[in-house]
Amino acid sequence: MNTFASRFSSTSAGAELSKAKAIAMEDDDFSDASWGSEAGYGSLAKGVPTFSIPSVADPTAFLRLHTDDSSDPNCRIKIQHGTTTLAFRFKGGVIVAVDSRATAGSYVASGTVKKVIEINPYLLGTMAGGAADCQYWETYLGIHCRLHELRNRERISVSAASKYLSNLVYGYKGMGLSMGTMICGWDKTGPAIFYVDSDGTRLKGDLFSVGSGSTFAYGVLDQGYHWDLSDEEAQELGRRSIYAAGHRDAFSGNTCNLYHVKEDGWKFIGNYDVSKMHYEGPGDVPGSAGVAYGYDIRVEGRSSADS
Amino acid sequence: METSFALTGKGYVIIASDTTAARSIVKMKIDEDKVKALGPHLLMAHSGEPGDTLQFAEYVERNIRLYNIRHNYSLSPSAAASWVRRSLAESLRSRHPYSVNLLLGGYDVPAKEPHLYWIDYLGTMSEVPFGAHGYGSYFALSLLDRYHNPDASLEEGIATLKRCIDEVAKRLIVSPSKYTVKVVDKDGVREIEV
Repeated sequence: MNTFASRFSSTSAGAELSKAKAIAMEDDDFSDASWGSEAGYGSLAKGVPTFSIPSVADPTAFLRLHTDDSSDPNCRIKIQHGTTTLAFRFKGGVIVAVDSRATAGSYVASGTVKKVIEINPYLLGTMAGGAADCQYWETYLGIHCRLHELRNRERISVSAASKYLSNLVYGYKGMGLSMGTMICGWDKTGPAIFYVDSDGTRLKGDLFSVGSGSTFAYGVLDQGYHWDLSDEEAQELGRRSIYAAGHRDAFSGNTCNLYHVKEDGWKFIGNYDVSKMHYEGPGDVPGSAGVAYGYDIRVEGRSSADS
Repeated sequence: METSFALTGKGYVIIASDTTAARSIVKMKIDEDKVKALGPHLLMAHSGEPGDTLQFAEYVERNIRLYNIRHNYSLSPSAAASWVRRSLAESLRSRHPYSVNLLLGGYDVPAKEPHLYWIDYLGTMSEVPFGAHGYGSYFALSLLDRYHNPDASLEEGIATLKRCIDEVAKRLIVSPSKYTVKVVDKDGVREIEV
């Protein structure tokens, strides 16, 4: 009250000065919270969020020096590389199957990794390459798919979602991102799969396999694939292909996670142990012939000898 | 391995490119179209670093379309090629250059002339009667030196292109299995079967 009175009771120069000071002080009486949303800038009021990077001249080269396993096997940070993932389109939707092994160099770091990232009820992403890169950017993609939905009152197409991701990773090209992913889902156009990798490649297709075990998976998948597969046959093909890679590729294995995408969104079908599939088969599941997948068990009692 | 050919004939340019998208030793896709129509009388085959190729091709496509909208007429093949070359040359000195090799063919409607330009990722451009990129070029260029005819009919031109494809299939160890072939002439752009 004292300041209020002095503000209007004098016209001297000194009073003018203290008046100006008082006005400036007055602004502090209102906390930022009283402005509600910080002028609509939200968290940006505190500056644009940034990634912290190593304080060296060339951060990209620094990262490569410590992560490039192929040029220096003794490098300090080993990024998860070995994987088998596959996805294919058929008349009944999309099948997505992946293994669950995480390796760091020759060490099996985990056997229970979730390599299918559930972006939203209609979109799945697979994980090959850097686990953190895939997990982070595909979750980030999920945020933007939701924002697209809110802005346009319509679900994002698989094509648009995958292009968003591909443009995003292309912006980081040559900076050490490592991901090979398949964006799978169902939109207005029906079932769709896009392959997106950290080179910036984006391909539309019916059938893809990614990772160190992909060649083994392709061997089984290509031979058993045709468009008119039944749901049960398709699920069995996905399972059998992941088993093949889990068996032949040292960096893939443990278990197989199977998903099926239909018009009403994706559904988790099951988790299958690769060793169990080898010795006993996948168990009592639709599409299974009830026979073990292992070669020795499959051909037991048969012989090539003339008799 | 990635291979593309192009040749001119009487009033047309034929551009062919293989259709595989490979990653390491695996063919990820066998029906990828790598010949883009940039306008009613302009074609461009693109190959090189995965990711860069499509990003650059789409960048060119949209800028040429923008020129169309702004000025209400199409860029001539020579003007388009100059713009594309300059874009590549400017990119070469940037922090992340586009590694893209191109064959740009078009029909200059007012001059009633077909033109073909060979452009590489360094920004080298040369107007040529025929051109090729990739490992296929080591076989095709000598063949075209021998068999190319500047006033060949379309049928003759296609036959010469077939020679290139057959030669590459015969001698290159990792030869492509399928090609997209497109023609541009006074009637515009169209895809043909070979």
